[in-house]
Amino acid sequence: MFGWEFPPHITGGLGTACYGLVKGLAKHGVDIVFIVPRLFGDEDSRSAFLLNASDVEINERNFSYEEYWKHISYYEIGSNLIPYVTPEDFKSMISESSLKSKSKSENIFKAKYKFSGKYGNDLYEEVSRYALVASVLAKEHRHDVIHAHDWLTYPAGIAAKKMSKKPLVIHVHATEFDRSGENINQFVYDIEKKGMEIADRIITVSNLTRNIVIERYGINPDKVFTVHNAVENIGDSNISQNKGFPEKLVTFLGRVTFQKGPDYFVEAAYKVLQKDENVRFVMAGSGDMLYRMVRRVGKLGISNRFQFAGFLKGEDVERLFTISDVYVMPSVSEPFGISPLEAMRSSVPVIISKQSGVAEVLKYAIKVDFWDIDALSDAIYGLVNYQGLSKMFRKYGREEVDNLKWENSALNVKKIYESIIVH
Amino acid sequence: MRAICFYFQVHQPFRLRRYRFFDIGNNHNYYDDFANRSIMKKVANKCYLPTNQLMYELIQEYGDRFRISYSISGTALDQFEMYAPEVIESFQRLVSTGCVEILAETYSHSLSSLRNKEEFVNQVTLHNKKIERLFGVKPTVFRNTELIYSDGIGEMAAEMGFKAILTEGAKHILGWKSPNFLYCNAINPKLKVLLKNFTLSDDIAFRFSNRGWPEWPLTTEKYVKWLNAINQKQEIVNLFMDYETFGEHQWAETGIFDFMRHLPKVVFSDSNFQFLTPSEVADIFDPVAPIHVPYPISWADEERDLTAWLGNELQDDAFDNLYSLADKVRLIDNPDILRDWRYLQTSDHFYYQCTKWFSDGDVHKYFNPYDSPYEAFINYMNILSDFEIRLNQVYNPSSDNILTKTKKKTSVFKPSTIIQPGSELLMPENVVVPKKAIRKKIVKKIARKK
Repeated sequence: MFGWEFPPHITGGLGTACYGLVKGLAKHGVDIVFIVPRLFGDEDSRSAFLLNASDVEINERNFSYEEYWKHISYYEIGSNLIPYVTPEDFKSMISESSLKSKSKSENIFKAKYKFSGKYGNDLYEEVSRYALVASVLAKEHRHDVIHAHDWLTYPAGIAAKKMSKKPLVIHVHATEFDRSGENINQFVYDIEKKGMEIADRIITVSNLTRNIVIERYGINPDKVFTVHNAVENIGDSNISQNKGFPEKLVTFLGRVTFQKGPDYFVEAAYKVLQKDENVRFVMAGSGDMLYRMVRRVGKLGISNRFQFAGFLKGEDVERLFTISDVYVMPSVSEPFGISPLEAMRSSVPVIISKQSGVAEVLKYAIKVDFWDIDALSDAIYGLVNYQGLSKMFRKYGREEVDNLKWENSALNVKKIYESIIVH
Repeated sequence: MRAICFYFQVHQPFRLRRYRFFDIGNNHNYYDDFANRSIMKKVANKCYLPTNQLMYELIQEYGDRFRISYSISGTALDQFEMYAPEVIESFQRLVSTGCVEILAETYSHSLSSLRNKEEFVNQVTLHNKKIERLFGVKPTVFRNTELIYSDGIGEMAAEMGFKAILTEGAKHILGWKSPNFLYCNAINPKLKVLLKNFTLSDDIAFRFSNRGWPEWPLTTEKYVKWLNAINQKQEIVNLFMDYETFGEHQWAETGIFDFMRHLPKVVFSDSNFQFLTPSEVADIFDPVAPIHVPYPISWADEERDLTAWLGNELQDDAFDNLYSLADKVRLIDNPDILRDWRYLQTSDHFYYQCTKWFSDGDVHKYFNPYDSPYEAFINYMNILSDFEIRLNQVYNPSSDNILTKTKKKTSVFKPSTIIQPGSELLMPENVVVPKKAIRKKIVKKIARKK
């Protein structure tokens, strides 16, 4: 299996999804070799094949990993490839990595430069180098199926397939259209399209994404399957946070970028506050629209009820959920969107946009069009003020999300494997 | 004889700590004790102590011919008492010579004059009390925060019994007129107005060490030559500047101390100027005309207006939110709340939220502990939100006796972590609760707003 991030070195939902899926597959007795480009590691390609056990054992949420690792080998490959990085995440990654290896920061900066708009020669090099390594690995390790997550690993998947002649599954967590709107990067699009064409099966994280794959990439619908993401069951967490104010708290958590629709959240907050002073809003995250949001909040004169919490991770996210009364994800475009599931897991009622993949699997969530500020503010007002509604969402939402298990998703993936394995 | 009037502004804000969203309602300590202490220690050693020593020596040398004036904000005095009491002593020694005048201002160096007259008057009164207690003098001349002035502010100062006020000699106010005369307030002519000669002041305060400046290096002889070049009919040269100019903005290595040490000698030998304090200027000279200032001016930035503190969406919203709490605060006698109320009004918090980064960007950056105005705003609003929550817990409109009601509720607060034994803000006689009738009126007013 080719991925490019794995907990704890994650920058977004992708690493979490890969991790959940791998664990689920392991439960069904699937042995996995998981290969990631080493994000902050050594440049020497010889060290690429080292199994680094100390890294994999870092556990984030009180899980015993050992039993899963019996089935999984974890490789790191020397590479300075950093996918999907917003400048803000990048900052925090840099600070993390600089603790570990200062000498590598130069390479990291190079990678950042590429991703900040120009896809230059180095990126081609990185992707093909990763693919090269993949073909070597494919020779050395016996396997039945090749599984590649998102576009940067498609060439690796293709290379491995060419080497071992085994079937290739590609997993689409997001497409170039989700990342860039209509102004797509042709280079990325081409890689995506080529991967999809060569693949024996394509797994998409939602029907929304499946339609994009079929319509925008012209792929035969018969080989495209939707397998929805799930969420880790954390049980009753022992993280607690004292809520220091009497108002109900409505939360936005995510990158503050166009894609995530933060502006609709701010406008809805303004509408709600006209009616009800006993609500407080918080926007957690950073991104290129953050400053514009701060100004807008000032302009609307609601800053005494609208706070900014900055970029949160790990435990802070759960601390925020424990004091939240409503979670809002007004994404303009969201292939799936795991974070509402995380909120529901903490018994927080959620409002999600109809334009998100996660809307396909959730019953106990209020769904609105992202642009419909009136509907959004109605929903917030309702969840904040009507006990019956919020109680119901809390209870059944939690149940619903507890039933969204990675095991189930993994079983579907396994079935797809079985359908293409040549015996 | 013509007069040189030196006035120095001494001010340090209580800098706020990084206050996170999760702190709201849980943690009520707002101040960055480490930064405040270390900055105070640094500036005391680089500027306040050596400059005070220099001024003292000059007064000793020239008898009562060398005269200067200061305004020291309440927040600076509080921090001297907390972190550097020796600075207070050195100021006391200066005042005891009789050649040093202390001016009045608002306790927390606030912008209250622009929004809330009652709060403004309260703060000036508090500051007066502090000055009287520490220095045994009663100020007669007023200097508003950052020389902010308008006809209306002048009128308020006159009402409070001050005989003169200091402000900027802003070009757009003066037009063809010269700042080198005494003027009077347009509404109440009894109040004299002293205008800063910003060219000659900024030659020392900003340009002194600038090697790109054609006049560098500035010597005392050259400077006195410029003073002499002023038309003989013009009577007063007002040199107003930050006290931190000496040793902090202009390092000792630039020669600023030597410049100051030699200035009086050359003035006495080569010119017909004498040194006077603002109240002496007001007594000796006659105002030549009223000065009309319908809109507030200040000494900040190229524009000489309020845009360093107010004007963008962030600043205006924060400012509105702050003063919307004023009515409730009036009904509270909790010293912790009153102290935070005053410290949060300090103008610097709004200065950090300024988004104009053009010609004066460097100056702003120098004084700004935040990476961006947005961070400053977010941090300030988080703190203000917490303050409002505390206020609402203590505020109880239905009760006549606040004390008994509040004791129970306030017990959830952690005790304040900053202790200021001397602060006027904590002295019981300064905590006044409005009488029953006024109270009812305020409660009604707040209810109506909702």
